[in-house]
Amino acid sequence: MDKNRRKFLKLTALGALGLTAAKYADLFGNAVPTKLKLDENDTKIRYAMVIDLKKCLAKKDCKLCIDACHKTHNVPDFKNKKDEIKWIWKEEYEHAFPDKENYYLKEELKHSMVPLLCNHCDNPPCTKVCPTKATWKRDDGIVMMDWHRCIGCRYCMAACPYGSRSFNWRDPRTNISELSYDFPTRTKGVVEKCTFCNVRIVKGLIPACVEACTEKALLFGDLNDRKSNVRKLLKDNFSIRRKPVLGTEPEIYYIV
Amino acid sequence: MYDSGKILLGLIIFIGLFTFPIWYDLASGEAPNKPNIVLPNNEEIKECVASTEYMRASHMDLLNEWRDLAVREEKRIYTSPTGKEFEMSLSNTCTNCHSNKSEFCDRCHNYLGVTPYCWNCHVEPPQMEIE
Repeated sequence: MDKNRRKFLKLTALGALGLTAAKYADLFGNAVPTKLKLDENDTKIRYAMVIDLKKCLAKKDCKLCIDACHKTHNVPDFKNKKDEIKWIWKEEYEHAFPDKENYYLKEELKHSMVPLLCNHCDNPPCTKVCPTKATWKRDDGIVMMDWHRCIGCRYCMAACPYGSRSFNWRDPRTNISELSYDFPTRTKGVVEKCTFCNVRIVKGLIPACVEACTEKALLFGDLNDRKSNVRKLLKDNFSIRRKPVLGTEPEIYYIV
Repeated sequence: MYDSGKILLGLIIFIGLFTFPIWYDLASGEAPNKPNIVLPNNEEIKECVASTEYMRASHMDLLNEWRDLAVREEKRIYTSPTGKEFEMSLSNTCTNCHSNKSEFCDRCHNYLGVTPYCWNCHVEPPQMEIE
């Protein structure tokens, strides 16, 4: 009897493991990037951005893209790092690309301020941890957010390795200098981030930051279209991405 | 029970008086205090996205549906029963006509004691602020 019970328990445990293994197998499988996601025969749209750092860094202290984005999307400015809300922001090269931080760096790149935004990853870790499906990856590659559904648990912020998400600790309405009437504000207790200007794209416009850049350093386009501007630029130039080793497949490319 | 007749009679009279407003409304067919809603007096716009009866009873359901379609499915064009096309947007479509939030939305919501949180995020258009 004793032996039988042991056997029974062992078999049950093994069976339960087998039943759940298939579902969670990809948790381990996806940890290391093994393939380039690009499928030449894919006719779907895959939005991406290419940032030409040579052009961008030529104009120091320029923040036209940030101003345009934050004005369009009613992003508050609390003038305080702790409460900061970021959609597109600037960070030192060494911090933005920690795995490409050589001691002897190219002079222009050393301590240069690089524009960063949500990477709209092909394998986004943030969407997988959201308990309410308030954030998800769309078919065209945009990592979207539904602020109606966000409960402010901040799991996505913990999951994002790029710091692309910000939490509204305070009521954002109080610190928006000029309200944009075409776009909602957020409310206290909600996470927010760049949505690749989905509202503008659906109207046939390009993202506000791309439009605002006078140096044409930001380029937005369809990665699945072989003749697109982004593909052409990536073909002709050497580009890097932020922390590609994590396997998130970021879709913001930097030409250095 | 002592004096049961008097007590029961008293109770009936008390309940009758206490619920008088309900009886009165039922008998007269309309409430003495109604929210005084002001409709937009824009001459050009005559047509809403749905009938008045539907909007009065179910505008919140329509708005929720619009919200999910626009945000989650990126479908932003709504075709009304009469065939007219509208952008599914609270701040850009509804308030184009109903620009008098304080006299339209708020009066009824206050009367019914509901506090929708739409305006915590959605911005009241500039014409509303002038009101």
